[in-house]
Amino acid sequence: MNTNGGSALIKALELEGVEVIFGLPGGAILPVYDPILDSPIRHVLVRHEQGAGHMAEGYAHATGRPGVAMVTSGPGATNIVTPICDAFMDSVPMVVITGQVPRPAIGTDAFQECDIVGITRSITKHNELVTRPEDIPLAIRQAFHIATTGRPGPVLVDIPKDIVDPKNPASAMDWNWPSDADVASSLPGYKPTTKGHPRKIKEAVELILSAQRPVIYAGGGILGARAAEVLRELAEMTDIPVVTTLMARGAFPDDHPLCLGMPGMHGNYTAVTAMQRADLLIALGSRFDDRVTGKVDAFAPDARIIHVDIDPAELGKVRRPDVPIVGDCRLVIEEMVRLLNHRTDGDVAAHQPDRSAWKQAISGWQEKFPMVYEPSVDGGPLKPQYVLEQLRDRAPEDCIVASGVGQHQMWASQYWKFNHPYTWINSGGAGTMGFSVPAAIGAKVGRPDRMVWAVDGDGCFQMTAQELVTAATERIPVKVAILNNAYLGMVRQWQEMFYEERYSEVYLSPDLPDYVKWSEAMGCVAMRVESPEEVGPAIDKANEIDDRPVVLEFRTDSAEKVFPMVPAGKSNDEIVVDPSLREGDR
Amino acid sequence: MNVPSTTNGSATNAVPRYHVLSVLVENKAGVLARVSSLFARRGYNIYSLAVAPTDEDRFSRITVVVDVESAPLEQIVKQLHKLINVIKISELDPRDSLERELLLCTVKATPEVRGQVIELVDLFEGRVLDVGHDEMTLSLDADPNRLDDLEELLRPYGIIDLQRTGRVALARLEHVAP
Repeated sequence: MNTNGGSALIKALELEGVEVIFGLPGGAILPVYDPILDSPIRHVLVRHEQGAGHMAEGYAHATGRPGVAMVTSGPGATNIVTPICDAFMDSVPMVVITGQVPRPAIGTDAFQECDIVGITRSITKHNELVTRPEDIPLAIRQAFHIATTGRPGPVLVDIPKDIVDPKNPASAMDWNWPSDADVASSLPGYKPTTKGHPRKIKEAVELILSAQRPVIYAGGGILGARAAEVLRELAEMTDIPVVTTLMARGAFPDDHPLCLGMPGMHGNYTAVTAMQRADLLIALGSRFDDRVTGKVDAFAPDARIIHVDIDPAELGKVRRPDVPIVGDCRLVIEEMVRLLNHRTDGDVAAHQPDRSAWKQAISGWQEKFPMVYEPSVDGGPLKPQYVLEQLRDRAPEDCIVASGVGQHQMWASQYWKFNHPYTWINSGGAGTMGFSVPAAIGAKVGRPDRMVWAVDGDGCFQMTAQELVTAATERIPVKVAILNNAYLGMVRQWQEMFYEERYSEVYLSPDLPDYVKWSEAMGCVAMRVESPEEVGPAIDKANEIDDRPVVLEFRTDSAEKVFPMVPAGKSNDEIVVDPSLREGDR
Repeated sequence: MNVPSTTNGSATNAVPRYHVLSVLVENKAGVLARVSSLFARRGYNIYSLAVAPTDEDRFSRITVVVDVESAPLEQIVKQLHKLINVIKISELDPRDSLERELLLCTVKATPEVRGQVIELVDLFEGRVLDVGHDEMTLSLDADPNRLDDLEELLRPYGIIDLQRTGRVALARLEHVAP
């Protein structure tokens, strides 16, 4: 017996290439925290376990490497359930290690005991209670393998205290490091399909070559598969316009002439309508989410569907594809590009029907329905869209933006220009308020070379703001823009539009808490911005500060609504544009 | 709880209104919970369930009978495939598979009617396992429909206790040379 479970766990994490753990110790995980002192792995001590989870997610989004969080049993573990669910919904590779009470105490309602494996069963890609110290290295290897291959996702490893505590003889073990072959043979039921079926890819290519009104519907899977470059190649060679979903912003450059921007409930008119009128949708790593399709029966009624996804369960889940392709987006698109070249002797354009009418229709929509908002009136509150434009124009182009959930998230996605992949980090599937501050911190830890802005709402900020203490302590200089409209803005918008302006429990007050004092108390530089002419200078000042976190509180117009909007459950044809663009209102 | 009958009517080629899944899984703690929770989260009840190791100790076979329409079932099967511990899933069409289930039943059988009960059990090729003063315990392993039939015929005598195992199934073999 040459080691113990606790040391083996940390050594296993080192061998998996982990450079940082986001976590918070407690009774059951205590023995694992001792060897961290002697490990090269950085540990970021969070103030609440939810922060650890979202930081791990932000880190994973920004770097493509799995984020790692470590927490104790019971409440430590339950506090990280929300980030686990968030990572599951958005396919974020993450490994969560939870302490568990000693094996003899499991099932006895021991202090800080909870069945976290049971609790997270349906929101993890996989989870496991390790019951023997010698199984720890294999459990860790499996966790990283499962989290990062196939459709990425969170994996939880639950480790009882007695098998990691060197003072307990039960933790004694001989070190072992399983080979790749050992890992593979230990998972007989896990063999993700990465290479697309050649016949299906051929069928897809024929559909692409004959389509009159094609649209590429790019989803978050493009980013997961590191397929942004080859997506661009496909779009350019076929001259097909691309919509990038909320999870795929940045997967195709917003400044590219073929980019139509974001589709969906708050997508722009052109992206939404182009999908509705398309005769071919090439869905790449996207999942026909209800926020994209609107009423499913009325979604893209004339379109044939090519659906490429690494997860076979996505194909036909919402809309039955004409050509289903299970595979890794990058490998499948590469093969499509190769086949297109081969099939057309390198001249794709010559083999496609004339699509000028389609292109004209698209540019017509773009001209008629641009993204617009009413500028603020003199002395009136700031327009959130203006704040976003200023933030965008004053940040370097490769700036990373992490957003919370709600109106500010939609405005950030609509008004930012994402020209690089992995620069947009948000909670799309779960819609977790409070995501942005910890996610931004995780992103900055992973990409210290990049500027990182968190765009947050006042409601969201109050959920996870305490992590700015973590950022200040650890010298992680993130920047936070709070769009303070004193409301749970998106809920307010729905109550205004769909509940006859009956505002129920949505008012938060602009002054309570005092965001500037609060942020300063947490070790940040903080400024309040109330008039349009202050916006630019305040942002410039924030951008210059690189040794501590900065918080800018923008007092924004609480009556402002997000447009365009497809009301929930309605067809995308019923898209409601900004009042200034509506017929008859002019 | 009655297992649904094989078909809508007596016609042998009627469409079955339930599905039998045979799921090969790793023989490990928690796997059954993972499988069953995919049905539970959608509000589908599992009618019957049989689990036991296969010839290889590493693996178990779960035979699950559910009353789910085909479309949601297809999605559930895909989700089952995503479980790391699931090796293989096959849906068994009751028309093309052999199904067996075991029934144990204690029934009232006073000396006056004992002969009738024994006759019934004999007709079904079941067995008498135990005889008490005015009760009898018997067993039948057969196609689940046969179990239903015997159960109904025993009911008038007074069923005291009844336990069924849940069905197990294997696909029928090819009878024609390839």
